[in-house]
Amino acid sequence: MAQAGKRKARKGSAEAKDIIVLDQVSKSYSTGAPALNGVSIKIRRGEFVFIVGDSGSGKSTLIKLLLRELVPTSGSVWVNGEDVARLKHRKIPKFRRNLGIVFQDFRLLKDRNVYENVAFAQRIVQVPNREIKKNVPAILSTVGLAGKYKAKPKQLSGGEQQRVALARALINKPAILLADEPTGNLDPKNSWEIMKLLEEINEKGTTVLVVTHNREIVNAMKKRVVTMKKGVIVSDEKEGGYIDED
Amino acid sequence: MRISTFFYTIKQGFVNIVRNKWFSLASIATISACLFLFGIFYAILVNFQHIVKTAEEGVSVTVFFDEELSDDKIRAIGEQIQKRVEVRDVKFISDDEAWDEFKAEYLGEYGDAGFTENPLEGSNSYEIYLNDVTMQSALVTWLESVDGVRQVNRSEITANALGGINVLIGYVSLGIIFILLAVSVFLISNTVMIGISVRKEEINIMKYIGATDFFVRSPFVIEGILIGLLGSIVPLVSIYYIYTNVIVYIGERFQILSGLLNFLPVEEIYATLLPVSVGIGVGIGFLGSIVTVRKHLKV
Ligand SMILES: Nc1ncnc2c1ncn2[C@@H]1O[C@H](COP(=O)(O)OP(=O)(O)OP(=O)(O)O)[C@@H](O)[C@H]1O
Ligand SMILES: [Mg+2]
Repeated sequence: MAQAGKRKARKGSAEAKDIIVLDQVSKSYSTGAPALNGVSIKIRRGEFVFIVGDSGSGKSTLIKLLLRELVPTSGSVWVNGEDVARLKHRKIPKFRRNLGIVFQDFRLLKDRNVYENVAFAQRIVQVPNREIKKNVPAILSTVGLAGKYKAKPKQLSGGEQQRVALARALINKPAILLADEPTGNLDPKNSWEIMKLLEEINEKGTTVLVVTHNREIVNAMKKRVVTMKKGVIVSDEKEGGYIDED
Repeated sequence: MRISTFFYTIKQGFVNIVRNKWFSLASIATISACLFLFGIFYAILVNFQHIVKTAEEGVSVTVFFDEELSDDKIRAIGEQIQKRVEVRDVKFISDDEAWDEFKAEYLGEYGDAGFTENPLEGSNSYEIYLNDVTMQSALVTWLESVDGVRQVNRSEITANALGGINVLIGYVSLGIIFILLAVSVFLISNTVMIGISVRKEEINIMKYIGATDFFVRSPFVIEGILIGLLGSIVPLVSIYYIYTNVIVYIGERFQILSGLLNFLPVEEIYATLLPVSVGIGVGIGFLGSIVTVRKHLKV
């Protein structure tokens, strides 16, 4: 027990600079070919990384492994110093609070207004009400949504909904922001605005991982680009671009 | 848990009920029906017991002695009777007292009806009150075997009948209440389950953000408890109203029976009924929801 603890601590500190480490990770669903096949990657604290690739290449599977929604069939996944696959069930909530998560379909609580959707993330971590009252307006103005507190998700445009989701993901100051196609449902203007926000967040120190199909943005932003194909990483470039199929 | 989290959870419990209002109402109605029947049975049962007990307290065995038996012997037998486990109280009635009582009860204005001497001379007796009417037979058998005892008067029929009805009512009401409780647990469980399935997506979102099992589950448990609580208030209020009116009505309508039927005051009924009903309501609400949440909300 003590030994295991030591080993864990050593691994955690050795990789303190690498906030995400995947080592020979494979993931098979019950049917079909493996969604991930021997993926190894290191992401440093404070990096901004695009993950691109064809539909079905395993990008979302990768994100789900980082979230501990899935566990790898083999290999190890380390996130923020935790061996994710070995995380005990009751420790998962606490682990996830270090991650901000944004999806293509926003995933807001439909019957609650903007304020409550964002405040919700703080209620979960038992922030006192008077602090929530300060934090929510602050984060909403960061994402450019000041003044829409009372609107329900239905009354907002896609871009606005994604800002709410982003505000919710950021309010607890996560170490890592994971975004799975955050601009998939947005027009070019809103897509750019969301990407710019992600970049700003990254500049303040948060590690940002963005899965996207948006070629234009990837090519323009000059960030690290990891390209996947059929469950393997086929390229990983420091200031990469979107690799065209064929 | 922080105060604000506590209130938030309670509030979400209410929100759950309102959003799921038809199922919540159905559950509340079932619990109400169950606790209403429970309350009625309970009120009838305790009153019945009370009436029976009052009646039983009046049930007595009277022992008469051979006329020539000496006072000392009679006193000795009295002491023996007093020692029996069946016996609650023994009262000695001298022949003179018996005559006075007879005169007062049956002759009234006719005075002594021409008797100059006590016609009941030598009819000394003991009036024996029992701890439990069902013990009467045993006592009577023993008394009849005692030397010097001339006659034993008893009231057997009432004793057995009262004891039997008492037990029967107890079992029947227990059975009905048990069935109703099972139905209530089932309904609450269903209500919570529907709530969970309607909010699957929302629960998933909560989990992504890092909500603990406890945080996700507790509003549903609160929902169950609130349903149970609301379900117990309705019958408690209505039974209170009905009970107080019915005893007044019976008291006025059947004045002849007023000596026989003396009802317990509503306060005495509620001293037990109130905590028990609320306890049962909250208990089945808690049980129904916690079981469902554990089974269907694997967070
Ligand atoms: N729950 C599942 N059960 C079985 N197979 C799955 C499941 N989820 C994903 N897959 C399969 O795993 C592979 C990778 O899926 P994944 O969702 O990771 O792709 P993706 O790169 O995110 O695609 P897209 O760009 O379309 O979102 C696909 O072949 C998919 O069919
Ligand atoms: Mg995907």
